[in-house]
Amino acid sequence: MPAIEIEALHKSFGRLEVLRGIDLTVEPGEVVCVIGPSGSGKSTLLRCVNLLEEPTSGTIRLAGVEVTDPDCDIDAVRKGVGMVFQQFNLFGHLTVRENVTIAQRRVLKRSRAEADRIATENLDRVGLADKAAAYPAQLSGGQQQRVAIARSLAMEPQLMLFDEPTSALDPELVGEVLAVMRGLVADGMTMLVVTHEMAFAREVASRVVFMDDGLIVEQGPPAELFGQPREERTRAFLHRVLEPTQVSESEIGAHLTD
Amino acid sequence: MTLTPRRRRRIIRVAGYVVFALAIVGFIAAADWGRLSDAFFRSDVAGSMFPEAITVALRNTILYTLLAFVFGLTLGLVLALMRLSSILPYRWFATAYIELFRGLPSLLVLFMVGYGVPLAFPDREIPGGVYGSVTVGLGLTAAAYMAETIRAGIQAVPKGQLEAARTLGMSHPRAMISIVLPQAFRIVIPPLTNEIILLTKDTSLVYVLGVTSTTIELTKFAGDTLNTKVNPTPLVVAGLLYLVITLPLSQLVRGLERRAARER
Ligand SMILES: Nc1ncnc2c1ncn2[C@@H]1O[C@H](COP(=O)(O)OP(=O)(O)OP(=O)(O)O)[C@@H](O)[C@H]1O
Ligand SMILES: [Mg+2]
Repeated sequence: MPAIEIEALHKSFGRLEVLRGIDLTVEPGEVVCVIGPSGSGKSTLLRCVNLLEEPTSGTIRLAGVEVTDPDCDIDAVRKGVGMVFQQFNLFGHLTVRENVTIAQRRVLKRSRAEADRIATENLDRVGLADKAAAYPAQLSGGQQQRVAIARSLAMEPQLMLFDEPTSALDPELVGEVLAVMRGLVADGMTMLVVTHEMAFAREVASRVVFMDDGLIVEQGPPAELFGQPREERTRAFLHRVLEPTQVSESEIGAHLTD
Repeated sequence: MTLTPRRRRRIIRVAGYVVFALAIVGFIAAADWGRLSDAFFRSDVAGSMFPEAITVALRNTILYTLLAFVFGLTLGLVLALMRLSSILPYRWFATAYIELFRGLPSLLVLFMVGYGVPLAFPDREIPGGVYGSVTVGLGLTAAAYMAETIRAGIQAVPKGQLEAARTLGMSHPRAMISIVLPQAFRIVIPPLTNEIILLTKDTSLVYVLGVTSTTIELTKFAGDTLNTKVNPTPLVVAGLLYLVITLPLSQLVRGLERRAARER
């Protein structure tokens, strides 16, 4: 049974149609990276998967459970789906330990002792066991994002969604977050990752999906998609992202004035 | 000697200080301090007010303030949540309530609660006598102000906080209680403390409900003493006792605001 099964997904904000018919399947254990220009609908797609955005039409099934069914208990489904945001979204009034235990306690009804034990395990895994008593504001961006990952992992999800987890980080902090994510890949976690880190996608993805203007333009193994893109739009996007210093004025529609 | 710009600025500043100081000294010197102190600072009159000024009047003022504050805070929280609800009639009700009670003088509301409610519900009465009526009468108005403050506080909590909580499987109410409201209240503690200060002063309106010697508060107590002693010293005593409550509170607000600014 696929971990994610999306069929004919449409999403509009008012009159703006952001997703225009997405079909995507992610098998258990797959790592699928979604790339594409700004505004192409990558975040919206990800947020539809756990219903942070209500799809306009189409169906989404997670491990066989149709979340787009109005009778679906979405809170129960979300327990098994971790999500990591660009802006970390750690709970500012709680310590690192409390961030990692609160949902375990309130949602999974684990005892304090058990929640603490699992929190320590997961903080250890992201290399931040010594920061358990700190508040999010006292941590660097990279540390905050690692705590956010630990917070999701403590719920023992079957699937993790990442929305540009390193885009808000100073360049020297990107590596530590990617290292943690690489560890998850090695453990066989099923992951859907929106990212601008092309090197990361090339290295860990089982499949790369290129989106533009609300549609999946093409998808395939990273070697293929990066090596021999079939679509002109993919080629143009990769050129801009991978060789930003090579982009000429004519390509961006600039005109020389005299 | 030439007047450099810096020297000129300094001269202007010193001149400003001098004029300011002269104005204050002149004002103080012009007042007739002998007559003033005979009228407003009579120690015998002041002495006669104690200990009741503290054991009854100040105590009741604080009690009325706290009761109205707790009532107003609770109702204000409910109104704020209704105001932000996705259910239209709730939003309408909350908006209408807030507009209405922010537009009415506290005195009028107190009056209506004190005299209107017994007429409307002849077989029932607000429990707690005057204490109950004050709680409701001042709390209704305070709730309208606090609802707006709390709403702003909730909206100041980034949307990602609620999203992260929901993503972890928390229900909407659970996410509000565990994640959003604690952060919202942290944001609105300074304005809510200001609300306590305003309420403290509004308790001076309680006399319209007809208070007795046990339910009397500071202003009425001072007014009564003024009438019997035919001397305004009680007003000064009452004023000082109000400051005993409000000055520490405003100090607290400032401290809290400084702390909040540091945490940004
Ligand atoms: N809540 C919303 N209301 C209205 N429009 C929205 C909303 N969320 C997103 N959009 C619009 O939908 C389009 C797609 O947004 P989305 O965030 O999915 O793009 P993205 O591919 O993630 O881009 P980026 O790389 O910049 O994050 C954009 O034009 C955006 O302005
Ligand atoms: Mg995005």
